Amino acid sequence: MKSPWRFVALLLGAFVFLFPFYYMLIGSLQAEPDSSVGGAFPRPGNLTLHNYQAINAAINLGKSLLNSGIFTGGVILGTLVFGVLAGYALARLQFRGRGTVFNLMLLVQVIPFQLLTIPLYVLIVRSYGLADSYLGMILPFLINSTAVFVFRQYFLQLPQELFDAARIDGAGELAILWRVAVPLVRPALLTGVLLTFIGPWNEFLWPFLITKQQGLQPLAVSLTNFITTVSARAANPFGAVLAGACVLAAPAVGLFIVFQRRFISSSLESGVKG
Amino acid sequence: MRPRDRATGGGVTRVVGRVIGKQPIGTAFVTPYVVFLAAVFAYPLGFAVYMSFHDYFFAAPGAIVDRPWVGFANYATVLSDPAVRRSFANVGIFLLINVPLTVVLSLLLAWSLNAAIRWRGFFRVSYYVPYVTASVAVVGVWLFLFNSDGLVNSVLGPLAPDPSWLVNSKLAMPTVAIYVTWKQLGFFILLYLAALQNVSKDLYEAASMDGAGRWKSFRNVTVPGVRPATTLVVLLATVTGANLFTEPYLLTGGGGPDGASASPVLIMYQRGIEQGNPDVGSAIGVLLVIGVLILALVQRRLLDRES
Repeated sequence: MKSPWRFVALLLGAFVFLFPFYYMLIGSLQAEPDSSVGGAFPRPGNLTLHNYQAINAAINLGKSLLNSGIFTGGVILGTLVFGVLAGYALARLQFRGRGTVFNLMLLVQVIPFQLLTIPLYVLIVRSYGLADSYLGMILPFLINSTAVFVFRQYFLQLPQELFDAARIDGAGELAILWRVAVPLVRPALLTGVLLTFIGPWNEFLWPFLITKQQGLQPLAVSLTNFITTVSARAANPFGAVLAGACVLAAPAVGLFIVFQRRFISSSLESGVKG
Repeated sequence: MRPRDRATGGGVTRVVGRVIGKQPIGTAFVTPYVVFLAAVFAYPLGFAVYMSFHDYFFAAPGAIVDRPWVGFANYATVLSDPAVRRSFANVGIFLLINVPLTVVLSLLLAWSLNAAIRWRGFFRVSYYVPYVTASVAVVGVWLFLFNSDGLVNSVLGPLAPDPSWLVNSKLAMPTVAIYVTWKQLGFFILLYLAALQNVSKDLYEAASMDGAGRWKSFRNVTVPGVRPATTLVVLLATVTGANLFTEPYLLTGGGGPDGASASPVLIMYQRGIEQGNPDVGSAIGVLLVIGVLILALVQRRLLDRES
């Protein structure tokens, strides 16, 4: 069923999907904003890294990236430590309440996070006083339920004999998890990390709500503040915005391209589970 | 005797084991996760409902203040607020554009990609890239593209709308809807690609024996074959639409022009946090969730009846 039309249509589609990224890169390198059709093609005389310096001067890219990294890293660490424990228990251990916990995990996926925004804001910012702190930023995302589900699926696939043998040898459950199960599902752990990465790295609303101090804001938040307030006064505001956008997009897109197979399979699992 | 019984000994442990499970240490393993679910989902969920029925306001930490029960007063405030009603109508416009467009485009693209075609890997990557990228980053480019003197308008020339896309009260919400369709499409394409693996090859062969062309077999075999996936795509696209915040906040400068692109979550943020009425904000959230649940049930009924 080969058809040139289908190929041309897909090619056209790919153009629509990729062009904004290309334009983002070109726009971030142009000294003068050029929104005419010719502006989509780079001209050597008009290319500069000045926009990156401008955005760095306005929002301190290094500090924002570090904040994004701490936020994302905290979420990944929490998900790996507590999520692996929970996923392993749900897959391989018989204990009272296992079914309840499993159902809770599925239920959580359909609760829209936005409904929780206001009560979480009141609790975390007002009652616990965690505004402008990394802990307050990380707390609502600490354990990613989709990743717990993925871990459980992978632990389920391991043969029961392995676990029986280890138990006969007298190994404790923690030792079995650490020495037997985890080494066998290393690829799943990588999938879990990738899956967890895009969430907090791209998250905007929550860190935006709880960080007022510029020195603590992740890049998505400081870039937004730049777009909504400062940019009107900058010399080449769009250039600076696009330079910031490139810096924010690069880690996620880079990871995606390197690990695309894992990204794609993990999203499928998270999608089909619903 | 099974190994576990021999390891732990006599009959008493067996009885205990039946009550608490064979490996009670599992409880310890899931405890952090359960505490997390209780603290971040269950409790705030109940708290949101509680706030929506009380006069709740921000007070100094530790201060004892009276928070009287007000019944449906917060809901009355919300429902009589024209901005809130507008935002719910806006999300209706959004869903009317976004959901059908998402279903049709992602199914067609997945169907095309499923065939033996050159550069398949390249196409998959290019459709998926917007999905993994932060909305804040790509919104920057869209602002540049759909600006009044942006590239899209310079290509369109005299056909460019006036006022331009994002500042036009008729076009602002549709532009946001198209932006979100573009951004999320890759995810839904993958979902359909997975569903297409489950459509039986025999059915296609039978269809071609009956003389069905490519288009006919798409309509009579592919579309019914992926119906469960379609139900899921419609549900997920609806939930995404109900959660809309970043896009109207950034693309249209906080929901402009004149509230034409404000989403319920945006109004919830303004009323609840900016203006300090978390009780009213919670009521908007509760109404939004009820709306999504009703919509999901209706969609499910409609999609099931067709099959």
